[in-house]
Amino acid sequence: MENEDVKLFNFWVSPFGKRVEWALKLKDVKYDYVEEDIFNKSNLLLQLNPVHKKVPVLVYSCVQLPPPFAVPNIVHAHKPIAESLIIVEYIDETWKHYPLLPRHPHHKAHARFWATTVEQKLGKAGWVAMSRSGEEQEKALKEANDIIEKIEEEIKGKKYFGGENIGYLDVALGWIAYLVPVWEEVGSMKMIEPLKFPGITSWMTNFLSHPVIKDTLPPRDKMLLYYHNRRNNSQNLHKV
Amino acid sequence: MAEANVVLLDFWPSSYGMRVKIALAEKGITYECKQEDFQAKSSLLLETNPVHKMIPVLIHNGKPICESLNIVQYIDEAWNHKPSLLPSDLYKRSQARFWGDYIDKNVYNSVKRVWTGKGKEQEEHNKQFIECLKTLEDELANKPYFGGEDFGYVDVALVPFTSWFYTVETFGKLSIEEECPKLVAWAKRCMQKDSVATSLPHPHKIYAFALQYKQRHGLE
Repeated sequence: MENEDVKLFNFWVSPFGKRVEWALKLKDVKYDYVEEDIFNKSNLLLQLNPVHKKVPVLVYSCVQLPPPFAVPNIVHAHKPIAESLIIVEYIDETWKHYPLLPRHPHHKAHARFWATTVEQKLGKAGWVAMSRSGEEQEKALKEANDIIEKIEEEIKGKKYFGGENIGYLDVALGWIAYLVPVWEEVGSMKMIEPLKFPGITSWMTNFLSHPVIKDTLPPRDKMLLYYHNRRNNSQNLHKV
Repeated sequence: MAEANVVLLDFWPSSYGMRVKIALAEKGITYECKQEDFQAKSSLLLETNPVHKMIPVLIHNGKPICESLNIVQYIDEAWNHKPSLLPSDLYKRSQARFWGDYIDKNVYNSVKRVWTGKGKEQEEHNKQFIECLKTLEDELANKPYFGGEDFGYVDVALVPFTSWFYTVETFGKLSIEEECPKLVAWAKRCMQKDSVATSLPHPHKIYAFALQYKQRHGLE
């Protein structure tokens, strides 16, 4: 018999933390949510993630109670895990129902590759396109377009990246579905044209209307305000 | 175990390529190794890694896998006989992945900045490099390997960079052994394993490569 306690330390707008929330909800794992202000980090967060000092952090505590008449053996493991994709894999391996990663090693490697590659390339290019203007923005949009073309090839003919059900890659790339439209508005630009990218556009609709996903998004007006502020700060920092 | 259809696209000084060689050697997998020339990338490389166009690429039964730690995990899963590279305990496995990711984000860049750096920035680059190693040394603590008693994933992720230590020390004018004695002892321990000794080039060969690179790019 076990008593599990799962806590997620996160910042409301973080797309990285959102991945972890989705993984937990898809597997129907009960957890406590602890909001962290990333501009004023708590001592607890710094203790839980001393290397990167970032959210999200998942803390899993498991108290194993002995069966009746057995020798008492209480094991309490207080386990912090950082880095969103690593947390998602841990969740997938610990709670085995509703598997997120494919079973076959090659398909697993494929999903992991796309999760990190898209994050590196589109995450960076998208941020620059959202927060900068002029030539810098144009260059970022071109880089974003290159990777978005590859994502379009990946999703072609599929409802989700995971096939019929949401899988690891949907969870890893889900930020695109709700955050890119916000970034497009803040940066007055377009990254995902529906006519040019019909596959991704369909996937975005499918993903956001999934019963587990649809009520998890941060309020749009709050996100717009937050990213407008981030864009203004970025522009001010770069003024000569 | 002889494998007819395992090909590795590599570039011999690459620490990332060395990781894959170590993992294949740990599992006793035979493979064909093809050296790539960065001035003239092969059509096979461009076909199998169109996104990054970088080595290493492992091609198993005609299917490519890219990104070195992704490949190492694939090797551990596709050939799941012992030795296992990732721990069976799920929490320890998450920690192994965490440190692999830390090494990916920090070590290559800090190593490169030291051996290509010069002038006023050299001191700062040296400082960041040593800080990075000390973080890893703290994680190693008094264990023989990062995973504990057995050589594993994090050791595979980090040990290739030790073939660059002589280069870093020579160009950076620093002593890694003085700053991080436990890490250097760990490196020597790893080099006693065949899989590591046969996968890492001699440090002097790496130094000669680095010297040529600096001359070619006007970085002296």
